Amino acid sequence: MRYLKQPVVSTINSHLIDYPTPINIHYAWNFGFLAFVCLAIQILTGVFLAMHYTPHVDLAFYSVEHIIRDVNYGWLLRYAHSNAASIFFIVVYIHIFRGLYYGSYLPPRHYTWIIGVLILFLMIATAFIGYVLPWGQMSLWGATVITNLVSAVPIVGNSIVTWLWGGYSVDNATLNRFFSLHYLLPFIIAAIAFVHIIALHYKGSGNPLGVDSSVDKVVIYPYFIIKDFFGLVVFLLVYSLFIYFFPNVLGHPDNYIEANPIVTPTHIVPEWYFLPFYAILRSIPHKLGGVLAMIISIGILFFLPWICSNEIRSSIFRPIYRKLFWLLLAVLVILGWVGSKPVEEPYVFVGQLASLFYFMYFLIFIPFLGKLEKFLLNFKGM
Amino acid sequence: MQVLTRLLNGAAFAAGVSGAGYLLMSAQPALAEEDHLPPPKYPWSHRGPLSAFDAASIRRGYQVYKNVCSSCHSMNRVAFRNLVGVAFTEEEAKQLAEEVEVEDGPNDEGEMFTRPGRLSDYFPAPYPNAEAARYANNGALPPDLSLITKARHGGADYIFALLTGYRDPPAGVHVREGLYYNPYFPGQQIAMARALYDDGVEYDDGTPATTSQMAKDVATFLSWAAEPEHDQRKLMGVETMVSLGILAGLMLYMKRFKWALLKSRRIEFRDM
Repeated sequence: MRYLKQPVVSTINSHLIDYPTPINIHYAWNFGFLAFVCLAIQILTGVFLAMHYTPHVDLAFYSVEHIIRDVNYGWLLRYAHSNAASIFFIVVYIHIFRGLYYGSYLPPRHYTWIIGVLILFLMIATAFIGYVLPWGQMSLWGATVITNLVSAVPIVGNSIVTWLWGGYSVDNATLNRFFSLHYLLPFIIAAIAFVHIIALHYKGSGNPLGVDSSVDKVVIYPYFIIKDFFGLVVFLLVYSLFIYFFPNVLGHPDNYIEANPIVTPTHIVPEWYFLPFYAILRSIPHKLGGVLAMIISIGILFFLPWICSNEIRSSIFRPIYRKLFWLLLAVLVILGWVGSKPVEEPYVFVGQLASLFYFMYFLIFIPFLGKLEKFLLNFKGM
Repeated sequence: MQVLTRLLNGAAFAAGVSGAGYLLMSAQPALAEEDHLPPPKYPWSHRGPLSAFDAASIRRGYQVYKNVCSSCHSMNRVAFRNLVGVAFTEEEAKQLAEEVEVEDGPNDEGEMFTRPGRLSDYFPAPYPNAEAARYANNGALPPDLSLITKARHGGADYIFALLTGYRDPPAGVHVREGLYYNPYFPGQQIAMARALYDDGVEYDDGTPATTSQMAKDVATFLSWAAEPEHDQRKLMGVETMVSLGILAGLMLYMKRFKWALLKSRRIEFRDM
């Protein structure tokens, strides 16, 4: 037992073995662990892919095909990496919506929440940059459209875009720096994820009831380690289904056409996990306004601990909020679908309506529903 | 259990709302993006999760590519060595490679020279560069076919539908000079003329070379060319799913076993 008093051993013991965990957390609490697994998969497959990839406009596209065709199990590495990007976002979105449903953004875990939003921003940047590397048509034109958004910044916008590109169009300089950043950012994400866990372990996990659970906690090993690993196997089953049977279903066929600056694809669409935000961007008929709306739509999550007014943490005890929550989820699905469609009626109108609901959710429902609930709780009748 | 029911209810509600939205939208008349027919789904022998490529069809498809398509379309990511063990023996593939003259060099004197192809050589391209290809084809560029089934919506279905879809334009549709009517091509007017006619090639296994037979074979060949890892991938997929499935069962048992004590505990309230 005296080994447990050693500094490193004691830390491992108190955070991975004897760590007290609320007994009533259910499978929605598996997704933090799964997100960690996704990050690990991405870094590992990415390091090996980088050994065979060439970041040059003339060679990048074919080096990816070289990986698929000639490298031993290269197709597995490549499809594992490209599909894990999608799966990572599914996992992280569920993780975020679990937090939204059970009020994880409220103190004492508000720092964990804020750090989490920061990780989300970095993930979006990393995924976007990574999609450019295969240098297909969608890579080039997606990169052109998205980096051009920066030109909406007044006065200096165009200079910043030129600076980002390292030239006057998305070209070799852009590809090179994107490769460098795509290798760098995951390690920053890993470091911030570590801080995310430190912040979480300051007070420990929340629980579905949203009440203080210190009276009823159990050690994480074996109870939650085994539960996490069962979840992991189920996750791997879903993930494998994509890798082995539908490796390209989440991608766009145009990205198997080599990037060509002279030919513009008919529809430029981002990866599916960006579609809701892309729809919000396009719902605003003003360039700078659209860009701001898109940034705010994610950035608003930073301020959730302060703009919410609810005293009840968990949605289990908030019937009105629960309806709005599922409505938000439905609206995001609709936004995602609108984002994949061309800019024409009726998509524009539906997109604007859905965007309006999205912002109302965070700017009206969340700040004022708590006040209404308090009023109703204290209501003694006429 | 109650939590699960509530989550499922919520998810069903969300799915209902977005589904209703989707139905409302799809009731709209066809939109501008649908300027061509979507290809039908054909029963490819390699379509299912447990099915592999039909090797004989790949072999015939190569013959169609070589005799018909290759006069305009390159396949610069596929080498003769890739055919070995897929649809040809090593001897046969070597022979196919040797029929091609390949430019190599420079030699010791700094001169480029030509030599018969080897297994390691890639399929020869019909044109030296994109400009020559455009010049020879009325300004249109025949795309490289190495990845074509991965690079088009519908994949092999699209290829088959396109190759067999040539017909007279419907009344009122004006087809521009040098283009041909094909409802499956985006815009419905394609620069490629119909390429496959009955008995266009003579199969060495004696299969009657009808238009649809050739289209099917060449689409199978192109599917293989785009995804040469296909058979190995699906086989590994089955192995992985079965192993993980068994592991999931064991893990679930282990989890329930470890949790049994906690799940069956009773909390008693004693008023002292």
